[in-house]
Amino acid sequence: MLLRHTPKEISERSAVTINPAKTCQPIGAMYAALGIHGCLPHSHGSQGCCAYHRSTLTRHYKEPIPAATSSFTEGASVFGGQANLMQAFNNIFSVYNPDVIAVHTTCLSETIGDDLPQIRKKAIKEGKIPEGKYVLCASTPSYVGSHVTGFSSMVKAMTEFSESTGKKNGRVNIIPGWVEPCDMEEIKRMSGLLGVDAIVFPDTSGVLNAPLTGEYKMFPDGGTTMADLKATGDAVGTLALGQWCSADAARELDKKHKVPATVLDMPFGLRATDRFVDALRTIAGVTVPEQIAVERGQLVDMISDMHQYLYHKKVALAGDPDQLISMTEFLVSIDMLPVHIVTGTPGKKFEKRIREITAETGVEVNVKAKGDFFLLHQWIKNEPVDLLISNTYGKYIARDEDIPLVRWGFPILDRQGHQYFPTVGYKGGIRLLEKILTALLDRKDRDDEDKKFELVL
Amino acid sequence: MATAEKKMVRLDPTDVKAELLKKYPPKVARKRAKQILINEALENGTPEITANVRTIPGIITMRGCTYAGCKGVIMGPTRDIVNLVHGPIGCSFYAWLTRRNQTDAGEDGENYMNYCFSTDMQDSDIIFGGEKKLAKAIQEIYDLMHPKSITVFATCPVGLIGDDIHTVAKNMKEKLGDCNVFAFSCEGYKGVSQSAGHHIANNQIFRHLIGENDEPREGKYRINLLGEYNIGGDGFEIDRIFKKCGITCLATFSGNSTYDQFATAHQADLNAVMCHRSINYVADMLETKFGIPWIKVNFIGAHATAKSLRKIAAYFEDQELIDRVEEVIREEMPEVEKALADVRPRTEGKTAMLFVGGSRAHHYQELFRELGMKTISAGYEFAHRDDYEGRHVLPTLKVDADSRNIEEIEVEPDEKRFRPRKSEEELKALEAEGLKFKEYRGLIPEMEENTLVIDDLNQYEAEKLVELMQPDIFCAGIKEKFSIQKLGVPMKQLHSYDSGGPYAGFKGAVNFYHEIDRLVNSRVWGYMKAPWQENPQLSAAYVWE
Repeated sequence: MLLRHTPKEISERSAVTINPAKTCQPIGAMYAALGIHGCLPHSHGSQGCCAYHRSTLTRHYKEPIPAATSSFTEGASVFGGQANLMQAFNNIFSVYNPDVIAVHTTCLSETIGDDLPQIRKKAIKEGKIPEGKYVLCASTPSYVGSHVTGFSSMVKAMTEFSESTGKKNGRVNIIPGWVEPCDMEEIKRMSGLLGVDAIVFPDTSGVLNAPLTGEYKMFPDGGTTMADLKATGDAVGTLALGQWCSADAARELDKKHKVPATVLDMPFGLRATDRFVDALRTIAGVTVPEQIAVERGQLVDMISDMHQYLYHKKVALAGDPDQLISMTEFLVSIDMLPVHIVTGTPGKKFEKRIREITAETGVEVNVKAKGDFFLLHQWIKNEPVDLLISNTYGKYIARDEDIPLVRWGFPILDRQGHQYFPTVGYKGGIRLLEKILTALLDRKDRDDEDKKFELVL
Repeated sequence: MATAEKKMVRLDPTDVKAELLKKYPPKVARKRAKQILINEALENGTPEITANVRTIPGIITMRGCTYAGCKGVIMGPTRDIVNLVHGPIGCSFYAWLTRRNQTDAGEDGENYMNYCFSTDMQDSDIIFGGEKKLAKAIQEIYDLMHPKSITVFATCPVGLIGDDIHTVAKNMKEKLGDCNVFAFSCEGYKGVSQSAGHHIANNQIFRHLIGENDEPREGKYRINLLGEYNIGGDGFEIDRIFKKCGITCLATFSGNSTYDQFATAHQADLNAVMCHRSINYVADMLETKFGIPWIKVNFIGAHATAKSLRKIAAYFEDQELIDRVEEVIREEMPEVEKALADVRPRTEGKTAMLFVGGSRAHHYQELFRELGMKTISAGYEFAHRDDYEGRHVLPTLKVDADSRNIEEIEVEPDEKRFRPRKSEEELKALEAEGLKFKEYRGLIPEMEENTLVIDDLNQYEAEKLVELMQPDIFCAGIKEKFSIQKLGVPMKQLHSYDSGGPYAGFKGAVNFYHEIDRLVNSRVWGYMKAPWQENPQLSAAYVWE
C-alpha cells in the first residue's frame, strides 16, 4: 500500500493540508506568461520558486520552460528586491532579448512589500527597459488563492496592453483559461469554422508543443502577439471561459474600454460546448456552420452508442474549479454519477455550483473547495467509486484502491498526449469519452471471468 | 546529425570562454570569467575557481533554493519521519515525490514518502503569525498517524514574519512525549544555492537524531554510507554489494533511511562519504564527537566501486573481509565487462558534458571513462571550491556574508561515547599504505588538460557550449533537458536520472552503459530535417508516368 497511513475514518483537520489538490500562484502566472509571443516570465523571489515552477511545467510538457528569477539572498530579503530586479532587467534584455518580461511576485517579495509597478517605473525612468520592449507585473502571493488565481492575475495583467482607438475592429476576445496548448488551438479552430476573427489570450499553442528540429528557439513562433493584445481593447466583446481563470481579465477589459464581457464555463463536454458555440455566434453575429453541428452530432452519437457502460458509474474527481464544473456537468449529462469532488482552490461558489449541477442525479455528493487528495481518498474508502479523474497524483489512490484512473488536469507527469489532443469542444468531448470508456472497459476486460469475457463491447 | 561533420568546428577553449562571455554586460562578464576555468596543469597545484557565490539576478540559473536542499535532497529520502512544510502550499507541493527517491518499507512498515504535508499558510497567517497553526498541524498529524518523528521546514515568509518554529517544535515534542519533533530554518533565500540547505538539514540531524539510540546494533564491519540518496535505486544496489561482502551498513545518509538508522549511526566504525559536498562536515563532526574516521568513496563506476570496496576492506585490516571483497569483485566484474565489450565500440571516442550537483559532475566521469568517452566540459551547480580543487583549500576559504548565516555547529568529543576506532599510529600506518583519511582531491585534477570547468553554468552558456563544442551527450537536470535536446543533442538527467537506474555499483554501471548507448546512438537524432528540407530546391518538375 502506497498510502497506508490514510485512515478510513474522517477526522476534522483545520491546520494541516495533506496531499494538496492545488499549488501556489506563481506557477500559474508563469504558465500564462508563456502564452504571450516573445515573453520571458520572471519570478521575483528566491531562485527556488522559479526552479520549482520550471521543473513542474517541464515535466508536464516535456518542453523547455525559460524563466528568470531575481535570486533573492538574505540581504535582498531584508533591504528589498528592487536592486535585484533592476539588475535582472538589464541582464535579461542584454542576454535573452525578449519582447516582454512578465514579472510575478512570490510570497517572499510580497511579504517584504516590494512594489512591482513602482520598480518598473523606476526602470523605465533609468532606461533599463529598451524602446519597444515591455514589462508586465502581476501580484501573486503564494499565501492567497492557488495556481489558478495566479494564472488569472497574470491574464488580467495582460489587459494592460489593450488599447482603444474608439473604433471597433470586429474581433472577439476569447480568454481560454488554464487549458492545454492544443485546447487553445482547438478554440481557435472552432472560432475559425464559425468565421469569427478571435483574439485568444493567452495562447500557449506553438510554444509548449513546439517541434524538434535541431534548433532551439527560446521564444517559439506561438503565443499571442503584442499587436493582438493591444487590439483587445477594440473588440466587439469578450468571452471569458471559466469564472476562476478568466473572468477578472474580461471584466477589466469591460471596465477599461467598455468591451462587453460574457463569462462562460470552460467548453468541456456537450452542454458547456453548446453554450460556448451559442454565445460566440451571438456575439459575432454569425451562423453556425454545418461542420460544427456534425461534430456535435458525433459526440452525441458516441454517448448513445456506449451509454450502457457509462450509466450510473460512480466517479471521484480532483482538479481545478473551472475544469471540474464543466467535467461534472459532462458526467451528469452522460448519466454517470460524480460523487466525490475536491479542489484545493478556495471559493464557496464552487461547492454551490457543483451541488446545483449534481442535484438532478438525486445522489448525495461530497464536494469541497480547499480540499485535498487525502480527504478525497477517505471519501473513496467510505464510498467506493468506479472511476477516478484527476492529475497524476491520483495514481497513488487509484493503485491502492484498485480504481481506473483518467489523467486530466495539471500536472500530468507520467503520460503524454495532453499537449497535443484537445479535450475542449465537441471533438475534445469525444476524446474525453474515449479516455473514460477505455479506462472502464480495460478494467472490465481485466476483471471479467473467463466465461464472461467478450469480444464485442 | 553526422558526428564527423560536427567535430570539424571544435574550438580552442580560450575562444570558447571568450565566446561565452561576449554577450554579457561588463559586470556579469567579470564575475562569470572567474567561474569559467580552462584546466591547465600549474606548477603549484590546481588552478583556482570561484564557486559557491551568488547567482546573478536575471541570468537563468540551474540552481534551486536552500529549502530544496534541506527538504528535497536530505530529508526527502527518509521514510518514517513526517516532513511538515510550514509555509504556503507550493513549496511542499513541488517537493512531493519528484526526486525519484525509492524506499522499501515492506508491506506495512512506516512510509510517509508518498505523502505531502503543509500548513498551507494563508494571508491571515502571514499577518498574525503562523505558530498556532503550526502547533495544531503537528497535533493533527500526530493524532492521525502517530509517527515517531515530525520535522518542520521553514519557507521564505516564515523567516520574514519571525515564526519561532524551533520553540513550537520543542513544545510539541514535550507535549506529545513519544514523538521527536524538530525544525529546520531552511528559508529559500538563505545561502546561494541548495548547498546551504544540505548543511542546515545535516546540522539538525546531527543535533536531534544521531546518537539518540544506544541499543547495540549487531553486525561485522559496521559502516555508515554518507551522501547517498537512493535516486533510482542506487542505494539498493550499494546495499546489495555491501551485504554480499559482509559489510554492515548501519545508516545511509539519507537514501532509503529510517529514524533508527540515524539514531544509531554513532555506533559505526567507519564513515564512507559518497557526496563530499552535501555531507563532508557531518563526517567531520562524527569523527570529533564519536571518534569515527572517514574516507571518501565513490560507487559510480564499476572500477570506482571495486576501489571503494577495497578501501573499506583495507580499513578493517581483516583478511577475511579483504578476501571476500576480492571474491565479490571477481564475481561481479564479468557481467560488467561483457556489457562493456558490447557497448564500448559504439561509445568510444564520443564526448560528454556534465553540469550537475556537488559530486555527480565528478563521479559520473568515471562511467564515461569506462565507456571510452571524454568529458570535455564539466562543473557543479552548487559545489564549493574544495569540491573543485580538493580539501587542501579549506583553510583558505573566505567566509562571505551568505555563508556566515549558515550555522556551524561546534562539536566536542562525547563524554561517554567518544571512542577512537583507530589509534593515531594505526591511522598513520594505514595512510602509509595508501588509505587516505579525510581526503578529497576534487574534480579539477581528474579532468584532462584544456577541458573547461564551469561553475553554476546557466541556460545561455549551456546553449552556447553545446553549439560551440558539440558534445555527443549533455548531462544536467530537468530544466535544462529539453532546450538541449531541441538542439539535437541527447541529454541525460543526472539529478533524478529521467527514468531508470540504478547507476551505482556493478549492476548500475551496466545499466548506465546501456543507457548512454541508447542515448548517443538513438535514431531519433537523425530525423531533425524532413527530406524536402534537406533538398529544398527542385531541379526539375516531376512528370507523372
